[in-house]
Amino acid sequence: MKFRFNMAASIRFLVRRMVRDYSRNINCSVSCQIVRSSCPLNLSACRCFSDNAENKTTHFGFETVPEGEKTERVYKVFESVAQKYDLMNDAMSLGVHRLWKDMLLHVMNPQPGMRLLDVAGGTGDISFRFLDYVRSQEERVARRVAQANQTPSWQEISTSYAAPGQEEVEPRRSRAIVCDINKEMLKVGQQKADRMGLTSGLSWVVGNAEELPFDDDQFDVYTVAFGIRNVTHIDLALQEAFRVLKPGGRFICLEFSKVANPLLSQLYNAYSFQVIPVLGEVIAGDWKSYQYLVESIRKFPDQETFKGMIEDAGFFSVRYHNLTGGVVAIHSGFKL
Amino acid sequence: MALLRGVLTISRQGQTNRVSFVHEVVCVRQQHSHVDSSDSQYDRLYPGHIPTNPIQKVLLAVGSGVAALQNPYRHDMVAVLGETTGHQALTALRDRMKGDPEGCTVLTERPRIRLSTLDLSKMASLPDKSFGREYLRFLEENRVTPDSRADVKFVDNEELAYVMQRYREVHDLLHTLLGMPTNLLGEVAVKWFEAVQTGLPMCFLGAVLGPLRLSSSRLGPLVTSLGPWAVRNGRQARCVLSIFYERRWEQSLENLRQELNIEPPPLTVMATIQKAPSQS
Repeated sequence: MKFRFNMAASIRFLVRRMVRDYSRNINCSVSCQIVRSSCPLNLSACRCFSDNAENKTTHFGFETVPEGEKTERVYKVFESVAQKYDLMNDAMSLGVHRLWKDMLLHVMNPQPGMRLLDVAGGTGDISFRFLDYVRSQEERVARRVAQANQTPSWQEISTSYAAPGQEEVEPRRSRAIVCDINKEMLKVGQQKADRMGLTSGLSWVVGNAEELPFDDDQFDVYTVAFGIRNVTHIDLALQEAFRVLKPGGRFICLEFSKVANPLLSQLYNAYSFQVIPVLGEVIAGDWKSYQYLVESIRKFPDQETFKGMIEDAGFFSVRYHNLTGGVVAIHSGFKL
Repeated sequence: MALLRGVLTISRQGQTNRVSFVHEVVCVRQQHSHVDSSDSQYDRLYPGHIPTNPIQKVLLAVGSGVAALQNPYRHDMVAVLGETTGHQALTALRDRMKGDPEGCTVLTERPRIRLSTLDLSKMASLPDKSFGREYLRFLEENRVTPDSRADVKFVDNEELAYVMQRYREVHDLLHTLLGMPTNLLGEVAVKWFEAVQTGLPMCFLGAVLGPLRLSSSRLGPLVTSLGPWAVRNGRQARCVLSIFYERRWEQSLENLRQELNIEPPPLTVMATIQKAPSQS
């Protein structure tokens, strides 16, 4: 399984280069056939390097743009909002985004020793919370051990007699890796980490969610918070998530979703389209980026459709929890 | 759009002044350029236009007002405040310009004042006391450039948007005409003049709040001589937006002042370059 995916990745890279070096009008069927004969499993990967890469369109907010352009435009949006990103989040959601992220951690319930991959992690909110949570768990365990040591049971006394020279087994350290395609967001995140004094157990990696720079079966938890709707090919991101997770690993996604209640939906729409771009202009001096952000929320599939997409990628036991009436949803699935 | 930071160095060799111009082109990421390429979504009347409904305009006006008061160096917020509150004043200004033959020409030809459109070497070779030479001297003494004006975004009429843009670009020329530097006192004096001339609420706000930050030693001259002079001239002068400045560089400054009915300043306000940068 692993070998085939590795081969698929390298062949995909090779074919992509071929297509780029020669004329763009390579017959779609030819390039697709090259792919199909070598890796029959990756049929959907065909889409990203067929000759229709420029003719195929996707949505950028309410606009229609060629697929190749979307990634770059999203990059520019986040490059421009990076400095004021956290401030704007607090202003737009009146601080509620912190509760949503706390809820994500609660659902995740990480244990010490887990490895987290936080994709589109940007300014690092999830990773910081993960490390805090895990540290407090470790402290709780240490406290319990210390308490128990005050009144040791006969078993503990006997084991301490039995192996005096044995080394203590080092508990596995938890690690969080923040991966983002945008260097500006990562820079802001690193500055935040330095200010908070969080250095150990945290790494910052530049990478594309559709093509992660990690080996297979590496992580216990994969999270993506408010990032997956900006990815050009969501299905590829889900497949990559499946690949890098260990068997038994968990995929968790926190994302804006559809509000069911019609009254709340109207209020939410009014707020999104009237107030948020104004806040963007006044606080960050950037109306259009925030216009894009609220439009991209409307373009993202609803809870059930997204659940279907996650299941298509191979995850099991996919569930979602709605928060704030459906404004935000946490989707979770397991790789088994 | 490249933001040209012009650094002028003057070296005097005997009797001749040699102005050497050093361009430092700094590419500033234009925040809206990445969306400008496709304008299918918005019914945009001009490049950079963002259509807004009345609710959004009110929110913008309030928000930008608060932001500008909190941080007066946020020129973009002052600009937004001006755009969202200035509809009536802009209409009146536009009608005034239409009533003047030269103003009509300005409205039809739509000249823009930018470093790229100015022939700086030619302006530098003009005689002293000519309008063009004095404008150039103003730019270099105060270390400002005409390219730092924000584009108009929230005015929902194409012609009024041009009037607003023209107002912003003419601001530096007004400094030259009135002989005011870009320190706080100079800016307040120009604001008083502009408030009376244009009737823009943003100018009135600036004119009222500006003096609050002035030291008492400067407040005196403002209230006694500079202020009344600015107000008087604002009333009696021709509409400053109607003048086609780009064709008058060779005209002598005194001549131009007389034509526009502007008295020369009663006090000489020294340009103190260490002070605050130019405020719009």
